[in-house]
Amino acid sequence: MFLFAFHPEANVANSKEAMLCCVKEKIGEAVLPGDLLAFEIQKSENKREKLICGPGLRRDGEDVFVCKSGILRHKEPNLYWIDLQQRRYVPAKGESVIGIVTAKSGDVFKVDVGGSEQASLSYLAFEGATKRNRPNVQVGDLVYAQFIIANKDMEPELVCIDSCGRANGMGVFGAGGLLFKVSLGLVRKLLSPQSEIVKDLEKIFPFEMVIGLNGRIWVKAKTTQQTLIVANILESCENMTTEQRRSIFGRVSENVL
Amino acid sequence: MASDGTAKLSKNVLRMKFMQRGLDAETRKQLEEEEKRIISDEHWYLDLPELKEKENFIIEERSFLPCEDLLYGRMSFKGFNPEVEKLMTLMNSQNRTEDVEEEEQNKTGVDVSDEEMARRYESLVGSIKRKFTKKRNRPAIQGEDNVNSNIRSPKIKKVFLKPQD
Repeated sequence: MFLFAFHPEANVANSKEAMLCCVKEKIGEAVLPGDLLAFEIQKSENKREKLICGPGLRRDGEDVFVCKSGILRHKEPNLYWIDLQQRRYVPAKGESVIGIVTAKSGDVFKVDVGGSEQASLSYLAFEGATKRNRPNVQVGDLVYAQFIIANKDMEPELVCIDSCGRANGMGVFGAGGLLFKVSLGLVRKLLSPQSEIVKDLEKIFPFEMVIGLNGRIWVKAKTTQQTLIVANILESCENMTTEQRRSIFGRVSENVL
Repeated sequence: MASDGTAKLSKNVLRMKFMQRGLDAETRKQLEEEEKRIISDEHWYLDLPELKEKENFIIEERSFLPCEDLLYGRMSFKGFNPEVEKLMTLMNSQNRTEDVEEEEQNKTGVDVSDEEMARRYESLVGSIKRKFTKKRNRPAIQGEDNVNSNIRSPKIKKVFLKPQD
């Protein structure tokens, strides 16, 4: 449910469809697609401060439009974005995702990341891989990789090493465990620095988890039952309030102990 | 043509390399200018006023990574996978480079502490020294470690004593 917050000046000044909003007042409030954001730009002599518009915002000439509905967020000094909720992943450069290897063709693996097309992963993009020393990747394996090319004009490409050539935990992982899909908003909540869900989860029992920014999570615990418990908690805790979640965690830890 | 004395050669022939050597400087210049004129006529150009590129102060960013400082994606709890836990501390501390705590973390993350390293070095130096001393000098070396024991001064060398008749 979104609340409309009409800015008084907008009604007087604009008879167009787009609502001109002063951005300072909209931070933390819901915005809809089509809203035009006005920034107070300091017109100094040489430099104007660069403005970065993140996901959900789009630039049109000198104006910034909202193109997805959500809550407007701000980060110092000049970064604005929309905190939105969606399940469909669109590849973006630099993001780490979980992919499933679907095909091996020549020197390249085809990996399904949940986007509109499959990404390619070169066999040389693993730590310690040479032309003679090929990595041990089979069809159906799970890989944790990073995008180096991801735009709307080209086929996305993945790598399993960073710029120094080290793996840093990327590559094929997981024998066993369970892979399931959640919404992108939950993934970002789990990966935020002060995530309460993760703090509650780590007290229950030992387990291992890999979170991909494409909405895929892989979980492994000692027994199948524990794995399923964790998976069910993660899938359901998206729409729960803090108290509901705490009560569920309490019940789980009682049953386990 | 033969009565002319000099045959009228076409411009293409005159442009060839072997003909350039015989020509004067003037004729060469004329030829070059004519060539340039022909070439510049052939080039097409737009007859538009100069458009200034607008400076863009608004940058578009497609990814969520710089917006919210997200942690490393692999996690392990309660020691389920110790390698992943080591990776977690490493990667998450890389993200927070301004913390002072990170220096302490780096020290605890090192496999061997500084004190242990110093102790190892002491014993290592001693054992190598002992290895390379001859058997006769060994008590002297051992005596250096034990300050209390009495040692013979190493200067008294044992010489062969001829048996008396």
